[in-house]
Amino acid sequence: MSQEVIDSRIGKEYSAGFITDIESDTLPPGLDEDVIRFISQKKGEPEWLLEWRLEAYRGWCEMEAPEWAHVDFPPVDYNALSYYSSPKNMKDGPKSLDEVDPELLATYEKLGIPLHEQEMLAGVAVDAVFDSVSVATTFREKLAEAGVIFCPISEAVHEYPELVRKYLGSVVPRRDNFYAALNSAVFSDGSFVYIPKGVRCPMELSTYFRINEAKTGQFERTLIVADEGSHVSYLEGCTAPMRDENQLHAAVVELVALDDAKIKYSTVQNWYPGDAEGKGGIYNFVTKRGVAHRNSKISWTQVETGSAITWKYPSCVLRGDNSVGEFYSVALTNNRQQADTGTKMIHLGKNTKSTIISKGISAGKSSNAYRGLVRMSPRADGARNYTQCDSLLIGDRCAAHTFPYIESRNPGAVVEHEATTSKVSDDQLYLCQQRGLDAEKAVSMIVNGFCKEVFRELPMEFAVEAGKLLEVSLEGSVG
Amino acid sequence: MLKIQNLHARVEGKDILRGLDLQIGPGEVHAIMGPNGSGKSTLGHVLAGRPGYEVTDGSVTYRGEDLLAMDTEERARSGVFLAFQYPVEIPGVSNMEFLKASVDAVRESRGDAALDAVTFMKRAREACKAADLPVDFLKRGVNEGFSGGEKKRNELIQMMLLEPSLCLLDETDSGLDIDALQVVAKGVNSLRDGKRSFVLVTHYQRLLNYIEPDHVHVLAGGRIVRSGDKSLALDLEERGYAWLEDEVA
Repeated sequence: MSQEVIDSRIGKEYSAGFITDIESDTLPPGLDEDVIRFISQKKGEPEWLLEWRLEAYRGWCEMEAPEWAHVDFPPVDYNALSYYSSPKNMKDGPKSLDEVDPELLATYEKLGIPLHEQEMLAGVAVDAVFDSVSVATTFREKLAEAGVIFCPISEAVHEYPELVRKYLGSVVPRRDNFYAALNSAVFSDGSFVYIPKGVRCPMELSTYFRINEAKTGQFERTLIVADEGSHVSYLEGCTAPMRDENQLHAAVVELVALDDAKIKYSTVQNWYPGDAEGKGGIYNFVTKRGVAHRNSKISWTQVETGSAITWKYPSCVLRGDNSVGEFYSVALTNNRQQADTGTKMIHLGKNTKSTIISKGISAGKSSNAYRGLVRMSPRADGARNYTQCDSLLIGDRCAAHTFPYIESRNPGAVVEHEATTSKVSDDQLYLCQQRGLDAEKAVSMIVNGFCKEVFRELPMEFAVEAGKLLEVSLEGSVG
Repeated sequence: MLKIQNLHARVEGKDILRGLDLQIGPGEVHAIMGPNGSGKSTLGHVLAGRPGYEVTDGSVTYRGEDLLAMDTEERARSGVFLAFQYPVEIPGVSNMEFLKASVDAVRESRGDAALDAVTFMKRAREACKAADLPVDFLKRGVNEGFSGGEKKRNELIQMMLLEPSLCLLDETDSGLDIDALQVVAKGVNSLRDGKRSFVLVTHYQRLLNYIEPDHVHVLAGGRIVRSGDKSLALDLEERGYAWLEDEVA
C-alpha cells in the first residue's frame, strides 16, 4: 500500500469529523482491509505478515461474536473503535506522578505498590507497554548474555523473523475464534520471548500492560517459546485508568513448551471494572493457550479482579507424552462485574497430567462463572486430571455458576472433579469481629484464606499484591 | 467492671433474657450455671454483641460506658473477650495471621504500637506452651480440622494474646477431657491478676474444682434466681436444678 493511500485514508476520516489526535497518533475509528494495511505499513512489516493479518481479517468478517458465555452486554460496534494508537515518543506520556489521575494513584496507594512501580503502572517510566507500543523492555542486556530474547513482538518480526513466522499462530490459529481472529488481524504489539535450549531464564520476566487512550481497543499479542529443557517464569500485570465508556481488550497469548521445557505464566489483572452501577470498565476477551511437548510443563496462574466483563480460558494442549498442565485461578467479581472464566485441558499424549484449581468469589450484584473443559483423547493412555472448583459468595445478591465439561474418549483416563460453594458465614464474621477485626478486614482475611492454594503458586511479590488487590476490590461489599 | 440491669434480650423472635441483673467487680470470677435453655449462652453473646441478638430492655455498663451502644469489634477492642462454645473454622487463614491481625487491631485501638514480629512470635510461642500445643499449631488454619479440645485450647491462646479485661467463657469445659480441662483451667488461672474479671458459663461443677469462683449464680427462665458462693455449685451438683426452679415458681 502506498503512502498516498494511507494519507488519503487519514484525510478522509479526518474530514468526516473524526479527530486524529496528533499527540498520540491515533487512527480514526473503523476497521477494513485498509486499516490493516495501515497498521502493517506503520510497523514496516514484511509482506507475509500483512497477508497473515488480512487472512485473519477475512476470517473474522465471516465470524460472529460468541454468545455462549454467561455474560450479558450490548453488542460491540467494531467500527466505532480505533485500531491503532501509539505515543509518538515518551515525552507525550505523563512526565511525573503529578500528572497522573489522583484517583488512580489512590488505588495504587491502597495496593501498597512502591513508588517506582506506580510510575511504571501510570506509564511514567519506560518499561511498560504503553497503549499499543512496547516502548522498552527491562534488563535486556543481562538476558542477552543468557541468550534469552525478550522484546516487543513488532521488533521480533524484524530481528527474528524465522522464529516468529514459525510459531506465530501455531498455538492459537488465526481463525481460532472471533476475538482471536480480530486480534490476529489488528494486533498492535506485545511481547516476544525465546528461551534457548537448556537455559533457565535468569530472572522473572515481567510486563505491565496498560490501556491509556480512550476508545482504543487494545490487541496485545504475546508469544513465548521455551526451547528444549529451558525454564521461564513470566509475569503480567494489568491495570487501566477509569473511563466512563467501555473499552475492549482482545489479547492473544501463545505459549510453546518444547520437550522438557517449563513455562509458568502468572497474571494479576486489575483493569477498571466499571463503577458500582456497571458504567464503564474493560471488556476483557482474551485467548490464552499453550502447547506442551514431551515431558514439558505449562502452568497458568491468574488473579482476576478487574474488568467489567471477563471472557478468558487459559488452556493447555498436552500434546507430548508425560506433559503437565496446570491452571490456578482466583476470579473475584463485585458490584456489576461479570466473569466467565476457566480453562481447557486437552490431553493428547500418554500419561499427561493436569490440575485445575479455580476459586471464584462473587460479591455485590456480580456474576461469576467457571467454565472448564477436560478432554481425554483416545491416545491419552494413563492421563489424569484433577479439578477443584470452589465458589465463595458474599452477600445474597450475587451469583456463582460452574460449567464443567468432561469429554473422555479413553477408558483408562482418570478425571476427578470436585466442586464446592460456600458463603462467608455470619459466624466467621462474628468470630473475627469478636477478636477486634472490623467486618471489611474480616471478609478480606476470609477471602484470602479461601484463595491460599492459588496465591502460593504466585511469585512472592505478586502474592502480596494479589492479597491487597482483593482487599481493595472487596471494599464496600459488606455492611 | 460490669453492671447489668434488668436485661431483656430476644433471639429469633423469642424472649430469652427476662430481667437479668448482675454486677461484676474487677478481679472477680463469677460462675453462671443453670439448666439447658435458661439463657446462659445468650448472655455471653449479648455482651459480646452478636448480630441478631436484640436487647429489648435494660442496660449494661462496662467500665463506666454503655456497652450496648458499642459495635461488636469495639467491645472486643475495649477488652471484652468471649471464648466460644463452638469456635468456627476459617479455612486457609493461619492461626498466626489471625492472631497477629487481632492483636494489631486491639493494640491499635488502645493507641499502642503494633508488636514487632519477634515479640509477637515470642508471646505466641508462650501461649502455645501454656495451652500445651506445639508451636506448629500456629501455622494451621484457624480451627481447621481441629479436635474439640484443640479448638478450646485455641480460644485460650487467643485470650492470652489479646489480654482482655473481661473474659466470658461459654461452656469452655464441654467436650474437654480431664487433661485438657486442667490445661485450660491452669491457663485461665494464670490470667487472674486481681484486675481481670471472668464469667464462666458452665453446666457442671467440675470446672469450678479447677477455677475457683468468687460467686456462683443460677440462671433460670432468663433471670438470676439464686446467687451464692462456691458451695452453691456443690449443692447444684448434688440436687440438680429442679428444686430451684420449683422454688422460684
